[in-house]
Order: sequence, then structure tokens, then C-alpha cells
Amino acid sequence: MSDVRIGIFVCHCGKNIGGVINVPEVTEYAKTLPDVVYAEHNLYTCSAEGISSIRQKISEHKLNRVVVASCTPRTHETLFRNACEAAGLNKYLFEFVNIRDQCSWVHMQEPEKATEKARDLIRMGVAKARLLEPLEEVEIRVTPSCLVIGGGVAGMSAALNLANQGFEVYLVERDKELGGLLLNLNRLFTINGKAEEVIIPLIERVKNHQKIKVHTSTEVKGVAGFIGNFDVTLDQKGEERKIKVGTIIVATGAEVLKPVGQYGYGDKSNILTQLELEERLNKGMGDEQNIVMINCVGARIPERPYCGRICCMVAIKNAVLIKENDPRAKVWVLHRDLMTYGTEFEKYYQKAMEKGIRFIRYSLDKPPEIVGNNKVKAVKVYHQLMGKEMVLPCDMLVLTTPLIPHEDNQDISRMLRVSLSEHGFFLEAHLKLQPVEFATDGIYICGCARWPTDVPEAISQACAASAKAVIPMRRGYVRPEAITASVNEDKCSGCGTCVLLCPYNAIELQSKDGKKLAHITTAQCKGCGTCGAACPSGAISMNHFRDEEILAQVEALVI
Amino acid sequence: MNGFNLSRSIRTRQLLQVRRMRKITEFEPRIIAFTCNWCAYSAADIAGISRFHYPANVRNIKVMCTGMIDPGYILRAFERGADGVLVAGCEIGDCHYISGNIKAKERVERLKKLLHILGLEDERLRLEWIDAGDGRKFADTIENMAGKLKKLGPSPFKKEVKS
Ligand code: SF4
Ligand code: SF4
Ligand code: FES
Repeated sequence: MSDVRIGIFVCHCGKNIGGVINVPEVTEYAKTLPDVVYAEHNLYTCSAEGISSIRQKISEHKLNRVVVASCTPRTHETLFRNACEAAGLNKYLFEFVNIRDQCSWVHMQEPEKATEKARDLIRMGVAKARLLEPLEEVEIRVTPSCLVIGGGVAGMSAALNLANQGFEVYLVERDKELGGLLLNLNRLFTINGKAEEVIIPLIERVKNHQKIKVHTSTEVKGVAGFIGNFDVTLDQKGEERKIKVGTIIVATGAEVLKPVGQYGYGDKSNILTQLELEERLNKGMGDEQNIVMINCVGARIPERPYCGRICCMVAIKNAVLIKENDPRAKVWVLHRDLMTYGTEFEKYYQKAMEKGIRFIRYSLDKPPEIVGNNKVKAVKVYHQLMGKEMVLPCDMLVLTTPLIPHEDNQDISRMLRVSLSEHGFFLEAHLKLQPVEFATDGIYICGCARWPTDVPEAISQACAASAKAVIPMRRGYVRPEAITASVNEDKCSGCGTCVLLCPYNAIELQSKDGKKLAHITTAQCKGCGTCGAACPSGAISMNHFRDEEILAQVEALVI
Repeated sequence: MNGFNLSRSIRTRQLLQVRRMRKITEFEPRIIAFTCNWCAYSAADIAGISRFHYPANVRNIKVMCTGMIDPGYILRAFERGADGVLVAGCEIGDCHYISGNIKAKERVERLKKLLHILGLEDERLRLEWIDAGDGRKFADTIENMAGKLKKLGPSPFKKEVKS
């Protein structure tokens, strides 16, 4: 007689599942599966009612395994695991069966086949559940300090936030000075204040804070370890230094694209980027009367399909500043679309139009052309609304280019084991649900490293990222998932195959009673299972994904 | 294993039932997909969220990384009557564990050669990199694979097992 007692909860998810799959029939079927002692269906298993039913049925029927067939573990596993724990059942004795996202939602037109598939999936889930074992999570201490990479407005804001809460911060900046992109800006939209009025006081506060150690002209050379215990190697002009931190924030920013070769940039003396224009505005403009700006240079094109997001506003801001400086100046902004989202930006755009700045839309198949040899003298543009070509006199041509990722993002992403997006910016764990975290625990992101942001956005992201970093540091420990590998010492031949394969250097050969045996440091093991799949002696098993468990699922495929 | 005999007898009964039903319907290939938790499994969810329809021939088995897939799992799936096996992981360079997918690629390619010698058509074992957000690719992969397998007919391994 088996002492496994499985309870199954099949969810209708309102009509999401119940409208396609025959849930009552599937539930009846589940009752016939081996070791299943109880099955019910719920309108919403994740509702307060459903959860309390799980807890109640665990004790009522002495369940020692729970299977929920519903949505997806990616959103609901924690909830159901917690319900099990609350009823005194180890959370690793829970198994999730996905019959919504991977069944009812994709087979809506074939309800019978969807029902058959749901039956199969539940059978496979039960086959695994029968073999599940309770697991204990180890507790890992978290060093209460943070490494912030990048000393721009995002990095400095994050550092201050953490330091003010009492945590040690190492702020690393590869340039000679703190400040980042803001050092080169003139005024900030929409407040119109000088950039230096924002950045200089911030730099002072950071430099004077006791808890912040600023390392300028320094790069991060190596990162080993994991959340709570990162061993970081810093490199200050060839001089190396090792520090230990519990968390890491990436605030490395981005850089402005230099449109070399486009519209004659680089050859003709009166062509600037918006960034170069800011410098001019800062020092004082010359007597240029006719200024033409071209937006979306190097953005929203096949090679770089993304929208630079803040560049439209940069162009409008600078156009307004030119006008305010000299009301007689004429400014044309040639654009493909104007992104002036939100109330403030739209108002600013209105203001620009009232000031007499002309906005002309061009399209990619008829891009503007420049006239002039050593200098741009005029710009030809096809005016779509008027349906004819216009020739604009031009003393200064300003190209609006997007922010682009730093080239060494690649290296940093490898070092930290975090992902980059297809465009080369850093990629958060989840666009909607985890916007300032990486999928790798203990590492967070803010500012332009992730995507072009303006100053308030960079600061709010920095606040968010630092708040997230505080969670493990304040608690003082983390409990990583217990899904790790373990070695059966009787089977291990000491061949060392696994040692070479482990990407986290979690395995080493140790001598025991004159024999060499593989030893896994659990805190360092991430549970990828690469070692187990390769061990020629079958000595390594992956908790929660043991060979027996996976093979049971495979075998349950065919009945 | 506990309770094995009981489940056997249930299985036999159901097997007969299913075979009877199958005779009158067209051949429906069975695909087992080993999906990586971090990408392909999520892509399959995204396909659901986006309501991308695809044939109901696939049964997913979640693994933490394609690097954990022992070639023995794939062999067992074919032995037990799978008509096709999909191994779906993160794009090269995107593996959550750095390089598990590179190891998976080596293993699957080696296994493919072996299966080829044993007389299994190449299309039956497929390796695919599917980004966490790429529901479209997941749906298309299954659609395409199911179509090909329908044309190929039941796996030759299955016939051997039956006889
Ligand atoms: S691969 Fe297996 S047998 Fe070889 S050292 Fe590692 S655990 Fe031992
Ligand atoms: S499961 Fe992965 S991380 Fe853990 S010891 Fe094995 S190879 Fe290393
Ligand atoms: S984590 Fe997806 S293939 Fe390794």
C-alpha cells in the first residue's frame, strides 16, 4: 500500500478554462489516477475560498501531495505553495499543472482535444507528484552593502537612498568625475532649470556621505558569488581591489549616437547633434538665424528599430530655448512623429508652436536633403500635407539622435550573468511585474542602462531599485529555492566531469577516505542540472527534477 | 514503485479504449516538449495570453534549463510512443545558467545521429531556441512540427513497441 495521498484542485478560472475544457469530467477522471484520494473543482482556485479549501482538504483528507490544475506557475505557484505551507505541508510537495495558458487558451476551437490534453497533463502532473519529496531551504546571510555601477543621476540617487537607510555603498564610476550625461546638458525640460543646479548638489551630497565610498576612474573587473555574497574585483587604473557586497545596482547609463556620415555630419562645420547644441546654448549661441532640426536620425530604422523616447522632447526644449534667446530666429523641426506623451510634455509642445516653431513631418522614403558644400546652406524637405517640396534656409543643422547602449554592456552582462535586450540595453526580469530587477537574484537596474529615460524617470527608477535592494539587506538573509543538485557519494567515481561543466564553480573534488568525490556547495549551486545530465555514473540528482520524476511524466504520456 | 499494478490495470483498460477511438479518427501525433522554465515555458504562456492557436498535440514537461535534459529522457519518450520530441530553450547567450543550452545542443545533436542510425526520421527530434516573450514562435513551432509529423505518420519506434 502506498502512503502517498494526492489531492487535486481543478480550476475553472471563470470561463477561461471552464468555457473550453470540461472541468467536471476532468476532475472525475483525476479521481481514477493512482494515489489520488481527493479531487474537486473550483470556480477560482486562487480566490480566498479556493485557498481555504486547499488548506481544509489537506487536513481533512490527510493529503500529503497537492496538485492544482489551473493557470501558470509563473504567476500563481507561490500562492498555492504558501497555502500548502500554511496547512503544514512542505511547499515542494506541490505540483502545478498548466491547463489555461498552455491548454484552454490555445485550443479554444477544439474543446474536446483541449479536454483530452488537460487529462493527459493532469495524469503527468500526478505521476510527478507521487514522487515529490519535501525539501528544506538553506538560509544564506546577506552582506548589508551594495555595489552601484555608474555615477550618473540614477546611480547617485540610488546610492544616496541606500546610504540614508544605513547601508554601505560602493559607487563605481569609470570616468574621472561623477555626474554622467547630465554634466554635458544645458537645461532640463520641462522645468527649464540648469542641469548643473540639479547635478552639482547631488554630487556634493554623495561625496560627503559617510556611508558612500566613491571610486572614480574605476571599472568593475570581475564579479563572483551570488545574492548576499558577491565578491567584486574593482580596477582603478590597473590597481585591483576586492570588495564584498550583498546586492548590486546597474546604473551604467547610455550614450548619445554620433551620426557620423549622415546628412554630412562630420564633414560640414555647421552640423551638430542635440548634445553639441546644448554645449553651445550653455556658452551662448552665435548669430545663427535659421536653425533646422531633423529628428529620428538613426532611430526607428531597420538597423535600430527602437524609438529614443526622450529625443523629441530634447529637440522641442532646445528649439524653445533658441527662440527664447532670440525671438527673431527661425526654427524648423523636421520629424517623423512627435512623441510628447503625458500632460506636461504635450503642454510644452503647444508652447513651442505658440512661439512660432514650425513642425514639419517627413517620411523615410523621402528624407530631407541638404544643400551646400562645406557648410549646410539649406535643407530640402517634402512637406507631406502641402504635397510639395520646401527649401528651408539653414545656418545651423541639428541632428536629433537617440541614446544607444554602451558597447561594453556585453561584458558587464556576462560578468553579472544578466540579460541584454535585442537592442543591447539591459533587460529587466519582467517588463510589467519586475521592471527594476534582473532575473538574477540580488541585482537591480535603473536609468538609461535599461532604456532611455529623462531625469525624473531615472530618479524614480533609482528609488525603486534601491528599495528592492534593501529588502534582502534589511532582512539579513535569503532563502534561495531548494532546487539544487546533490551527489550520491556511493555512485560517484570521482571522474570530475561535473566539476568542469558547472557554470558556477559550485562543485569540487574532495578527498574522502582516500577516494576522490564530487562535493557541491549548495549555496552556490543554481540548480541548472547541467552536471546531472552529464554525470556518467548517474551520481548527481537534481532536487525536484530527479530522473524518476521527469521519467514518470514521460511515461504518463501514453496510457 | 508503489501502486504500480493498480495503475497498470487502469492503463490497460484506457489504452484499449483510446486505441478503439483512434482507429476512427485521423492520426494525431504526440509531441513531448521539454521546455526551459526561463524561456520556452514562458513563451508557451505568452502564446496563451495572446491566444495564438496551435494544434493540441503537444504536452509540455517543464525543466529548469535545457542543460538538465538527459538524452535518456528523450529516448524514453520515443520508446513510450512519442511521435516527436521538442527541446526548447533560451537563445544562445541567453541561458539563465550561462551555457546550459550549449551543452543541450551538443547532446541533442549527438543523440540525433544515433537515432538516425536507428532509423528515426530527423524531423522527429527538434531543438529550438524560443525567447521568453516569443509566443508566436512557440505556436508556430508546434504547428509546423505537428504538420510534419502528421505527414510522417506514427513513429517507427512505436510500431516496434506495439508488435
Ligand atoms: S560527474 Fe558524476 S561521477 Fe564524475 S565526479 Fe561528478 S558526480 Fe562524480
Ligand atoms: S546544478 Fe548546475 S549550478 Fe548546481 S552544481 Fe550542477 S552544474 Fe553547478
Ligand atoms: S535556462 Fe533556458 S536553456 Fe538554460
